[in-house]
Amino acid sequence: MSLNRRNLLKSTAALSAAAMMPKVLMADGHGPIKLGSVLDTSGGFDAYGRPMDMAMRLAVEEINTGGGLLGREVEVVAYDTQSDMALYTQYAQRLTRQDQVDVVHGGILSASREAIRQTLRRSETLYFYNVLYEGGVCDRNIFINGVTPAQQVEALVPHAMANSGPRVYVIAADYNYGHNTAGWIRHYVEANGGEIVGIDFLPLDVNDFGSTIASIQTASPDLVIAPLVGGAHLSFFRQWAASGMKDRIPLASTTMGVGNEHKVLTPEEGDGIMVAYNYSQELDTPNNTSFKERWTAAYGNTDDIHEIAVSNYQGVVTWAEAVRQAGSIDRMAIIEALETGLSIEGPAGTVTVDPQTHHAILDVHLMEIRDQGMQVIETLPQRQPVDVQAVCDLGANPDDNTQYEIEI
Amino acid sequence: MDLSFVILVEMLYAVATLVLISAGLAVVFGMMKVINLAHGEFMMMGGYATITAVNFGVNIFVAMLIIAPIAVGLIGLLVERLVIRHLYGRLIDTMLATWGLSLLFVGLATMIFGNTTTGISTPIPGFTVGNYQVNGYNFFIIVISIMLIAGMLAVLKGTRAGLIARGTMQRSDMASALGYSPDRIYMATFFCGSALSGLAGAVLAPLVGLVPTSGVAYIAKAFITVVAGGPALIAGLISSAASFGIINQVFAFAVSPVIGDVALFVTAIVLLRLMPQGITSRFFKGKL
Repeated sequence: MSLNRRNLLKSTAALSAAAMMPKVLMADGHGPIKLGSVLDTSGGFDAYGRPMDMAMRLAVEEINTGGGLLGREVEVVAYDTQSDMALYTQYAQRLTRQDQVDVVHGGILSASREAIRQTLRRSETLYFYNVLYEGGVCDRNIFINGVTPAQQVEALVPHAMANSGPRVYVIAADYNYGHNTAGWIRHYVEANGGEIVGIDFLPLDVNDFGSTIASIQTASPDLVIAPLVGGAHLSFFRQWAASGMKDRIPLASTTMGVGNEHKVLTPEEGDGIMVAYNYSQELDTPNNTSFKERWTAAYGNTDDIHEIAVSNYQGVVTWAEAVRQAGSIDRMAIIEALETGLSIEGPAGTVTVDPQTHHAILDVHLMEIRDQGMQVIETLPQRQPVDVQAVCDLGANPDDNTQYEIEI
Repeated sequence: MDLSFVILVEMLYAVATLVLISAGLAVVFGMMKVINLAHGEFMMMGGYATITAVNFGVNIFVAMLIIAPIAVGLIGLLVERLVIRHLYGRLIDTMLATWGLSLLFVGLATMIFGNTTTGISTPIPGFTVGNYQVNGYNFFIIVISIMLIAGMLAVLKGTRAGLIARGTMQRSDMASALGYSPDRIYMATFFCGSALSGLAGAVLAPLVGLVPTSGVAYIAKAFITVVAGGPALIAGLISSAASFGIINQVFAFAVSPVIGDVALFVTAIVLLRLMPQGITSRFFKGKL
């Protein structure tokens, strides 16, 4: 074909007409439903993000083999944010403008959530944040299904104190998560008639705990609670065991095991640490057994399953159920379906949307680390996110858009 | 009484750790004047070499004291032949090149071992001092550091090879005129420096959770110790490690570990203001 003006015009007109076709089709509701995902599947947080990505893909695949949603297939549009907070805003904008997805699941650190929450709210794209966090986000466009401090610390503290005694020492990571959580620990220790004998905040790169361990011994508490975060802080548990303190003072943690850290420690180092989460691989329920079988069929083994991977899976399942109930992919219709107090049965038990806060009502399990697994000691069924409920009421203020710092 | 013993042990341990993490850099930077920004990554590789060897069933002490130093030394040898030997005498260029190397090693370690925390447990049990429990491994690190210093002193001062190495570092042209090959001597010295870094990483591995980016945590302290130490290799290493280690622990016990680190860096700034050429430019002059 020789390239002259007439031919060029013809062909480009045809091309642009072709390019417009799928959009027209999509508006009619015949194309796939697009699920956007932004997660750190490489870089420093990939231990959290990779399994979350695997869980999301597993959930979507199961939805599609079950016939999709509203007769349409679900298509994943996923971006790897490479553990770089700047990429979150960039990809969130691409998901909303270019890909025009129907929902976004993702974000790991609280910083990443706050980086994209406003973008998604402005562009009216429904957002699910499926990670345990410090609590307080109040925004009608977001749904959160991770445990908050009230659900976790409130359960863990009395249990750990009953197993040890009233004098508690806290060593926490030195950023907003650690400070907020330490505040909650103090609150619940005092509410249970105990006393805080010392609090240390440690920057994320501290990996030598010799003097901290000696100061703990000087204070001689009955219990140590450690909301420590990341690889460097893992050294604490190792050095604590190496100095022989493990058999002298019991230890509890609000973070240990979220990224499967307990599988890195040897049984001698990890056994006996008390934790409380929504999920444990050792949960002996038909739901969990079947979930693990499906995961193994997809990925070969269950090594990677952890707390927030399961949260992400449950987030996608919750969204899918809401789409079915709403009978539409319209954002407001889905939000209203979720606000009916919708429930799903996930690997970690029943997860119910709390209409007032858009957080989740879920089971919390008190567990002890035993042979690199988490043995469930007690299950506290269907706990409410009371901390967020105290500050946030989306029914009364649907336009609220704040992360409250909860006064304790 | 018990507490003062615990504090004493922690102080010695802090000094020993500084000696250990700075020894390899003291050779590479202090002697050879190569600003090795990949020093932390050499330590990280020492840690991974140990963990890999232990996972293959090797005795942990063999892995730490023999396998890791040799493995990292060989990597150092490769690096020296491919990159560093073209850059002797070009201080700023070595900085750029080794910074690139450090990124490369972090990337390689991430590809091989994954970006997750790994580790092994300490081979020595804790023991009791009165009402306190002390990490038994601290003593191991103190002993290793003392042996390291003694070993370096013996090699550099007592052997002909040490004499030749020191001479070459001062005047490579004269060494060359006397019939020694500076090229070979530089190569061997870089091997030793890398091996020392590998040893440090290996010995510290059981105390920490190792990730490919672990090296970053050590690099600042290692450079400060070596720079503040000044021209004398071993006397400088000991004197600056001792001052920093003790100050760090005093403040760590009196206030908190964070303030301990702050105190260390403030001391370093003051020290370098008062003695820009390092401690050994004023005290212990002419010592090795």
